[in-house]
Amino acid sequence: MLIGLPHYMTVAAILFTLGVFGIFLNRKNVIIMLMSIELMLLAVRINFVAFSVFLNNLIGQAFAMFVLTVAAAEAAIGLAILVVYFRNRGTIRVEDINMMKG
Amino acid sequence: MAVAVVFLPLIAAVIAGFFGRVIGDRGAQLVTCGALLLSAVLGCFLFRDILGSDEVRVIPLASWIVAGGVDVAWSLRLDTLSGVMIVVVTVVSSMVHVYSIGYMHGDPSIPRFMAYLSLFTFFMLALVTSDNFVQLFFGWEGVGLMSYLLVGFWYDRPSANAAAIKAFLVNRIGDFGFSLGIYAVFVIFGSLDFGTVFGAAPKAVGTTMNFLGWQVDSLTLACILLFIGAMGKSAQIPLHTWLPDAMEGPTPVSALIHAATMVTAGVFMVARLSPLFEYAPTALAVVGIIGGTTAIFAASIGMVQPDIKRVVAYSTCSQLGYMFAAAGVSAYGAAIFHLFTHAFFKGLLFLCCGSVIHAMGGEQDMRRMGGLWRKTPVTYVTMWIGALSLSALPFFSGYYSKDTILEAAWASGSAVGRYAWVLGTVAALMTAFYISRVMFMTIHGEPRAGEEAMHHAHESPWVMLVPLIVLAIGAAFFGFLGFDSFVGDGRAAFWKSSILVLPQYDSLAAAEGVPALVRFMPLIFALIGIAIAYVFYIVDPRIPVWLASQFRSLYLFLLNKWYFDELYDWLFVRTAFALGDGLWKSGDGAVIDGLGPNGVAAVTRDLAHQASRLQTGYLYHYAFAMMIGLVALVTWYLFPR
Amino acid sequence: MGGASDGRCGHCAMIVQAILFYIFAATAVASGALVVSARNPVHSVLFLILAFFNAAGLFILIGAEFLAMILVIVYVGAVAVLFLFVVMMLDIDFLQLRSGFVQYLPIGTLVGLILLAELILVIGGWAVSPSIPSQAPALAATGGVALTNTRALGDILYTRYLFGFQVAGLILLVAMIGAIVLTLRHRADVRRQSISAQLARRRAETVEVVKVPLGAGSD
Repeated sequence: MLIGLPHYMTVAAILFTLGVFGIFLNRKNVIIMLMSIELMLLAVRINFVAFSVFLNNLIGQAFAMFVLTVAAAEAAIGLAILVVYFRNRGTIRVEDINMMKG
Repeated sequence: MAVAVVFLPLIAAVIAGFFGRVIGDRGAQLVTCGALLLSAVLGCFLFRDILGSDEVRVIPLASWIVAGGVDVAWSLRLDTLSGVMIVVVTVVSSMVHVYSIGYMHGDPSIPRFMAYLSLFTFFMLALVTSDNFVQLFFGWEGVGLMSYLLVGFWYDRPSANAAAIKAFLVNRIGDFGFSLGIYAVFVIFGSLDFGTVFGAAPKAVGTTMNFLGWQVDSLTLACILLFIGAMGKSAQIPLHTWLPDAMEGPTPVSALIHAATMVTAGVFMVARLSPLFEYAPTALAVVGIIGGTTAIFAASIGMVQPDIKRVVAYSTCSQLGYMFAAAGVSAYGAAIFHLFTHAFFKGLLFLCCGSVIHAMGGEQDMRRMGGLWRKTPVTYVTMWIGALSLSALPFFSGYYSKDTILEAAWASGSAVGRYAWVLGTVAALMTAFYISRVMFMTIHGEPRAGEEAMHHAHESPWVMLVPLIVLAIGAAFFGFLGFDSFVGDGRAAFWKSSILVLPQYDSLAAAEGVPALVRFMPLIFALIGIAIAYVFYIVDPRIPVWLASQFRSLYLFLLNKWYFDELYDWLFVRTAFALGDGLWKSGDGAVIDGLGPNGVAAVTRDLAHQASRLQTGYLYHYAFAMMIGLVALVTWYLFPR
Repeated sequence: MGGASDGRCGHCAMIVQAILFYIFAATAVASGALVVSARNPVHSVLFLILAFFNAAGLFILIGAEFLAMILVIVYVGAVAVLFLFVVMMLDIDFLQLRSGFVQYLPIGTLVGLILLAELILVIGGWAVSPSIPSQAPALAATGGVALTNTRALGDILYTRYLFGFQVAGLILLVAMIGAIVLTLRHRADVRRQSISAQLARRRAETVEVVKVPLGAGSD
């Protein structure tokens, strides 16, 4: 059968939901959270590219590149913060990160 | 001249009140006594003028309230009734002023006292010369205020403060009825001017008005309400409780306010409004019944009181009852006549009490007095004149006035009249008894005070004795002199239109034909009373003690004023306190504070506490919250489409 | 711009395309699920890399080969490796009990399913919309010249979207500075020069003139 836009969008939706699950269902550590964010961004990129192809407008792919850039930057900063945090606290268990408790 | 009579005391009060410290004690005394004496002299000339003229003179002074349908002006109404009252008030007041120079010697606040006395006189004069209800009420309230200030003159005494508040409060209850009466009059007649109201009174007979859901006869309602005011001011049952406690004030105050003037304002009011009361026979019946009951009630209490001033206070209460009983049988002339003579002999008695107290160095308990007649001869003589006048012995003025009242009561033929006569006659016995008791216990007999006290006992200075003598002259002679004009054949020419007596109710006319036994009964009873007192207190002083122990509960009942104060305390005071307490703690504290400041604060704190629980510090909680928000937003965005 | 439809075996191409799509899609989804649920964090990273590869495959299928290669080079080669470095550097205990997992599972599942349903609703809405072609259109509007994907992207990126391009570069610069600032530690035993300190040196702190008597040393 013909692979069309709906299929790509479904894939992207499922990946996005998996990323969402990963954020608040994980009890282990913060790295999983960051990886889930990357999954979500990946889903977004798939969406952009699929729409770009099917709407015949290259702006989608250009923007997907920008998203990639930003995601990389954010991953870098996030990991840097994580490293510093680990240096200070000695753990990156999610349950221990509650210093902002009101 | 009338304006001068009324306003001289006011000017004197202002000068002494505000500049007392500048002009000093002596200056304040001179200013006020001078003004009052001048006012008294002018008042007598004014009275002569009024007797000479035929018509009622109204002197308008200034416009006061012009609002809606109410048009009230300051004006002076000069007719016989107000003339008589002016004479009484100014003469007695000036005598009291002079007396106070001696009595209050050494007191630290003399200018204030003199100012209060003068201001009181002004209010009383404004009351008696008023031409409309509102000015009457102004004077009414003013004398009530001055009574409060003067009773509580020695304000560092808690008992004086309490007595002053009690006087004012009980007066207030009466004033509430009085103001309701004024409103009723306005509703009925549409005007508050005496002239207009009196003229329209006959037309209002038989009309009814709605009061608390019932249809009542309007004139009766108005008159009864107005009489409630008189009850409060003149210490009739059940609003009498303040008068004995008002003896906390200095004796000149008692003489002026609680014997001669303020308490007689009620009687004056009933007489002034006789054109209204005559058309409301039910109200008059109420007046008569209450008057008669009070007469005997107060006399019974006065028989056993040990404090000399209390006895005289209850005597005042009782005599006022007589006056109201007279008014109740439409013998207004007799009521005012008795007011006139009573002012003199009761004022005299109070001032003599003051003299006795002064002689005994402040002692007021009669059980510790006695045998003063050698030491204080002038007081002795004048006090006997007053006592005999009060007991209504012939030739003294009280005889002419009180016996006239009793004859008129009998002659009116109504049940109220008969009731008043019976009670009044028995009360005459009690009156003679208690005043003779006072005389025998304080002046005669053997001294019961210590050696020291008797050594210090001395006659009062001349400045105190002269007023006594002047008042004694009045107590002795004015009855005889005034009998014909006030209540005798010359009364119509005397009173002219100032009081109205409808022919069918004219008990004074019928009093001519009273049987001789009835006529002399009060005199016989009075003589019996004096004799009993003589036996009890001179011949064998153990008899009253034995009687008191035998009839202990009756004695206590009388001694404790028929337990009225306790009844009121239980009924009203406790309820008021409980209500206040409840409203304070539950109402204000729990409801208003709870819902208001405290409640709002507590709710805010709780909400904040709950809200802060959202801040767990866990990142995934925050992410979860974001996700829920996102889902909600998307759902809301999708579905209405 | 993929899916050539040359008449004879266009059908086969369609089928191949479909098969490949499903393989790539299934693997991507599966590895995504395993990223979240793997116990060993290193395994998680590796599964993430697998997911990226499959996504790249999907991109090639659809004709965006430049993006696919960029994904592999930048994302897998740099970001995922960075993740791996950090995972290995931090001493992460992977034998974690997931005690709290079950507590949130119902709500979390519910929320996730709702989200999924909504996304599919949107997709369903799109699927019946006639303005979207259900198959990839043929060679399109570049005037008939067959451009590579790379060239086409370059054409628009450096001209029309230059501003976005520069901003992206700025973002990367900021991220780099931020990462360095956050994690730089001065080690005590490493010698380094401070040029500004050297240049700010004054004679008074450096040279000391000592009068040495004849014959004595200068200690």
